[in-house]
Amino acid sequence: MAIGFTSCKGKLKDADIKTAIEAALKADPMAAGTMVEVKDGVATLTGECKDEMCKNLCAEIAGKVKGVKSVVNNCSVAPPPAAPVINPEDDVLTKALTDALKDHAGMGFAVKEGKIVLTGEIAKAKWAMLKQTLDKLKSKGYDLTGLTIK
Amino acid sequence: MALQDKYQELITAATASAVNNLQVREQDGVLYIDGEAPDGKTKDMLWAVYDKLDPNFLSGDLVMNINVAVSAPVTRAKVTTERSNLNIRKGPGTDQPIVGKAAHHEVVTVVSQSSDLWWLIRTADGEEGYAYAQYLTPES
Repeated sequence: MAIGFTSCKGKLKDADIKTAIEAALKADPMAAGTMVEVKDGVATLTGECKDEMCKNLCAEIAGKVKGVKSVVNNCSVAPPPAAPVINPEDDVLTKALTDALKDHAGMGFAVKEGKIVLTGEIAKAKWAMLKQTLDKLKSKGYDLTGLTIK
Repeated sequence: MALQDKYQELITAATASAVNNLQVREQDGVLYIDGEAPDGKTKDMLWAVYDKLDPNFLSGDLVMNINVAVSAPVTRAKVTTERSNLNIRKGPGTDQPIVGKAAHHEVVTVVSQSSDLWWLIRTADGEEGYAYAQYLTPES
């Protein structure tokens, strides 16, 4: 008991350090979701950061707080979002495009390196509907320079 | 990141309107937005925002695949062609033989929504086959 008492003398209490770190983290929107525990002046950070930059920022913020001897950064980094699924074969896309454009006689179409190339004219209302369907075909985008919207 | 800036209003709107499994990523100069809207109204609103940011969707730099969440599987759908009958085919594809036709505004049974593009349907006359989903509107 006596040892415990003297070790705290003249030093900041862990609980106070924890409060100070929490306030500092909260002040930065990027770091706001991070949790902290402090023991003997060592701050341990946990939680999920959206990237490495955010993780490093959290440690930097905590390290600057008075009384912190060192920082253990146990924050995890969220995995990057899954890559979009793209139709690998031009002929698969061409077949899907043939289906989608069957009732749009005035339009020409092609597939070039995974991109949908459209030409001709189409009414706005029909185009708005068609674009929704075409966006389901998992293309690599569009070349619409030859398309006119009436 | 430039495309995310261009379509920031759309991304914000999708986030704010509780689109499920929202995924936004950029690859080779194209922005892909995928997710599941809680209802048809939300989906229409997002397409309106898209049209505003990129008039007539002509830039070709965004692929937005937003489906509407279905609380229960769709069992009935109305044929919403412009005026013609809807072809029913043996398999999913316009290269497949036509096995029947559903009349304009006829209500059919949806047997399976095996893909986003082609649904397996059955008419009151018992004709069964695949029809293009764009021309089918779910009946509640």
